[in-house]
Amino acid sequence: MRKISVNVITETVRDLFLETSRILGDDVIGALAEARVSEESELGRWVLEKIIENIEVARNESLPLCQDTGLAVLFVQVGQDVHLTGGNLNDSIDQGVREAYRDGYLRKSVCDPLSRENTGDNTPAVIHTEIVEGDRIRIVAMPKGGGSENMSTVKMLTPSDGVEGIIKQVIETVRQAGPNPCPPTIVGVGIGGTMETSAILAKKALARTLGSPNGNDPRLAALESTLLNKINTLGIGPQGYGGATTALAVHVEMMPCHIASLPVAVNIQCHVARHKEAVI
Amino acid sequence: MKKALRLHTPLTGEICTGLRTGDVVLLSGIVITARDVAHRRICEAINRGDEPPVSLKGETIFYAGPTPAPPSRVIGSIGPTTSGRMDIYTPTLLEAGLKGMIGKGKRSSAVRESIRQNHAVYFGAMGGVAALLSQCVTAVEMIAYEDLGTEAIRRLDIVDFPLIVINDIEGRDLYEMVMIGNDHLY
Repeated sequence: MRKISVNVITETVRDLFLETSRILGDDVIGALAEARVSEESELGRWVLEKIIENIEVARNESLPLCQDTGLAVLFVQVGQDVHLTGGNLNDSIDQGVREAYRDGYLRKSVCDPLSRENTGDNTPAVIHTEIVEGDRIRIVAMPKGGGSENMSTVKMLTPSDGVEGIIKQVIETVRQAGPNPCPPTIVGVGIGGTMETSAILAKKALARTLGSPNGNDPRLAALESTLLNKINTLGIGPQGYGGATTALAVHVEMMPCHIASLPVAVNIQCHVARHKEAVI
Repeated sequence: MKKALRLHTPLTGEICTGLRTGDVVLLSGIVITARDVAHRRICEAINRGDEPPVSLKGETIFYAGPTPAPPSRVIGSIGPTTSGRMDIYTPTLLEAGLKGMIGKGKRSSAVRESIRQNHAVYFGAMGGVAALLSQCVTAVEMIAYEDLGTEAIRRLDIVDFPLIVINDIEGRDLYEMVMIGNDHLY
């Protein structure tokens, strides 16, 4: 049994959110730079240039990349041989979020759903915990913006809808979203499980490194490429001003489902695709 | 790309009439921020017959909630939120004299019709470039609803803020114009 103080978790969570709100991953920066070269729409290129300029300003001036610094979503894998000391997991994560949003001058974007009163410190975080083998803790921090989240869908398709039904739902979700989720986007697709697991799979898919196709199932890698090509012929383009760069990537994750069901979730992520991981 | 038009607030019906969907604009002058809850409160005040906390005559609203200003800066990062959530309130504000709106994303047909009738304009600002856009803001003043935090109404002085006309007074819509028929996709 390895003992880990919850203070270490708080510190790690704090640092992850502070960094990811200002510095974008090289994979996303690379995809944007490629799109700037390949995009044929003038307005599209104008937008992509500003996006790349923004990445530099945020890093140099230590400013958040986007004013929507998100709801704090975390994927936490806790090794079953870990013994936490000094407190509990969820509280220590919330404390890390609280400190990051306070110390980093990040926007507090969490409120009571009915009264709309702001909680004031961007907590509670949305925490997906999984118990795994080993004596380590892996934390993925993902500040998720509201504009792209609002354009996401979950649908319970039927088995007869098949792959065509899945394609139709993804394309229809992206088409309906149009300019709203700040394209170019990354589209996370979760297939299977139950209603809620499909949505969690879709969100997990967003944390994958861009440009790495699904390595578990060649059918999914092919589906990702089909979906990306179709999405990029919609014409929406960067910010919806027109062009061929509507999505930078499509990531699909899948798990078995009930013989009666075909749950499909589509989670949209804007181009400020922030996520960072640490292993304790 | 067409050359950007340099405009200064306050926007007038005459200025708006001269704008066309797809025009790139560098806007300078004064705008106010307001988003979901501020819109609800403004409309509640108007519907009660009260004066809203800020006159909307000739005003331009930026749908935005900035990050807190770090020490030595006038504002944190700032950029547009999705405008469609304000659609239900917008015709009331346009009737009260609002001329310009800055946001991102699609507007309802009711808003587009109200823009046409009231000789106003809806500009798109780029989403997700908020560190860059913050450099166009030179001064900030708290105006109303301070209790709303980031959602409060603030007056911003902006210089050469990059925008594009989405909906003009003739009912055009940039987002619709760029879409390609997609029946072949299924």
